[in-house]
Amino acid sequence: MLARDYINVLYIDLEKQEYRYDQRKDLVKYLGGTGLAAKLLDENIKPELDPLDPAQPMIYAIGPLSFVMPVCTKAVATFYSPHTKEYGESHAGGRFAMAMRFAGIDAIVVTGKSAHPQYLLIDDGVQFRDARAMWGLSVEETGKILRQTTHGSGVRSSIRIGRSGENLVSYAGVNVDTYRHFGRLGLGAVMGSKNLKAIVVIGNNTVDIPQELKVKYRKVYDKIYDRVLNTDLMKKYHELGTPVNVIPLNEMHSLPSFNLQKNKIDFAEDISGEKFAEDNLVRKVACAGCPIGCIHIGQVRREFDSGYEYETINVSYDHELIFALGTFLGIKSTDEILELIDVVESEGLDAISTGVVLGWATEAYKRGYVSLEETLVPFEFGIVQNYIAAVKYISTRKNKFYEDLGKGVVHAAKVYGGSDFACHLGGNEMAGYHTGYGNVVGFAVGSRHSHLDNGGYSIDQSKPKEEDIVKKVYDEELERNILTSLVICLFARKVYTRDIVIEALEAVGINMTNEELTQFAKDIQKLKYQIKAKLGYSLDSIKIPERFFQTKTLNGVLNSEKAHEMVNEYKKMIEDLMNE
Amino acid sequence: MAKVLKVADRRRCIGCLSCRQACARLRGEYSIANSAIEVKTSGGYTGEFVINICRGCEEPACMEACKFGALTKRTGGGVVFHKDKCTKCGACGVACAVNAIRFDEDGYPIICTHCGYCTKYCPHRCITTKEVL
Repeated sequence: MLARDYINVLYIDLEKQEYRYDQRKDLVKYLGGTGLAAKLLDENIKPELDPLDPAQPMIYAIGPLSFVMPVCTKAVATFYSPHTKEYGESHAGGRFAMAMRFAGIDAIVVTGKSAHPQYLLIDDGVQFRDARAMWGLSVEETGKILRQTTHGSGVRSSIRIGRSGENLVSYAGVNVDTYRHFGRLGLGAVMGSKNLKAIVVIGNNTVDIPQELKVKYRKVYDKIYDRVLNTDLMKKYHELGTPVNVIPLNEMHSLPSFNLQKNKIDFAEDISGEKFAEDNLVRKVACAGCPIGCIHIGQVRREFDSGYEYETINVSYDHELIFALGTFLGIKSTDEILELIDVVESEGLDAISTGVVLGWATEAYKRGYVSLEETLVPFEFGIVQNYIAAVKYISTRKNKFYEDLGKGVVHAAKVYGGSDFACHLGGNEMAGYHTGYGNVVGFAVGSRHSHLDNGGYSIDQSKPKEEDIVKKVYDEELERNILTSLVICLFARKVYTRDIVIEALEAVGINMTNEELTQFAKDIQKLKYQIKAKLGYSLDSIKIPERFFQTKTLNGVLNSEKAHEMVNEYKKMIEDLMNE
Repeated sequence: MAKVLKVADRRRCIGCLSCRQACARLRGEYSIANSAIEVKTSGGYTGEFVINICRGCEEPACMEACKFGALTKRTGGGVVFHKDKCTKCGACGVACAVNAIRFDEDGYPIICTHCGYCTKYCPHRCITTKEVL
């Protein structure tokens, strides 16, 4: 919709091998990102069918500010989650948003299933290309091949699945370019169910800045660029990056470890952001359109044979990965964490869910819920080799046990027992914080069950009054509906205050008042809950596992009854909203 | 004093494309497709970035290749583009040994003016302008 008065939707039907563009003025009010993708999901979803039925849609959307304002780097995907069996929404950086923008597409709706593995090349039209020879290849290898077989270097983006997506693991993700992901809720399985290995988008169209906006656009761009780069608002993301959180969270007794049996580890300094930076960090890279460069790349050299034979692994690390594939599994060195991340990347799994699933598996094995015949490796916290093998077993569905693990902790605990220590909230595996009610309740009620729905972990750290928490969680998700519809990276949330958002929109020719934005946020929230209702979801279904109430948080030991009351309070607020 | 654009340290590049965006804004475009500066990955994010810019030759091969007088010598290095004389033959692009001349969708060469606007947006000082003469 940039510099035009409609939303350009690209519909792709894999079954019929057809595509069409639809210029839809009626969608302009949904702006983009979360709003637009939710609307298109609502229009196309088939609630009566399985999430992995070929008829289900897979939606990708960008927003009015994508790439044209600093740090507006993300694309939003919506789908029927095969993991939580309800509303699925996932975000990714990289270059995908830029490529979509200059391929002239605001949203992509993919339905159907190819007769055999294919990949899509989207330039001025869509080519349906054979991917049979790529099926079974790692994410990285597929990327290298696509870079050779497609044009558009520099303005191109590719998104791909690994073996886990092909094999329909319910938390398989979709990797974007290198190091970025539509990680959560199983978009990779949706793509796999469509026999779609990859989508390559070439963004080489020219889009003129309207004459009347030229001066204003440059002025506002500069103002925001200055806030991004020359203030402290985003400093932490650039320097140590999100791993800066490891030590403080550990000190706060809020770092989930050993399957959340512990909230603090005695080896935090060995796997801290500082340690990674000193020992492994080799460079930082950025998503297209962001001068911060928060993507921290760590390197580890591995001897694969005697006689000084070495290979080098370069992978990106973040707090969530250090948590899920580090503290949660008791892994004590930066090198080992990077090796584990590398395997998860290659297989195309969601790192958070994978780590949490393995944490549950370890405890279940140690406590006798599952046997060695099932696990094939003797799980032991801190032993990385077992986990490296297990990640591959999950991704290839090695046996019945790994098939079950590949459906997440809720499912695995249902089959083998141990649901009290299956660390999920609302059906999705927990993230790297155990800070208090804000995190536990916020994550559970968040519309995509992500720590980023409402940042409850951050609310907890501001030591709020208990009675204010639910309202804060509720308000924050509404505010984020605006940011993720535009689509602004949430790391820049402090840069894009309301007044800046209004100014940025004006600079690209969209005039919205503060009140209109507030109403928009509510409308999108309603829309998400309408979709949820269609899929049979109710906040009543939330049962927070006991483990969250056994391990102390920054704000003390939590009470199960109180947490569920808070969920109920949130439910009432949503009901009020729906009746507005 | 004339200035020319220089790559100061390619290895510091994070691939944010702010420089390409800056050039696009000056040209009145949102899209980086027609930026005179090109930054791209070589081998994806696991590899290093490549920065293709006009190197400001003192004896420009592109100018020699142009038979229509559309490129003339720029003080300090590089060339000045005269669109009215360009026949879109593409010879300049072929002649450039460092791959710095690309073409817009109408077929005209995109020629860097060495204004240095892009350098203001590089967060890591990878590109800079150097005073010459």
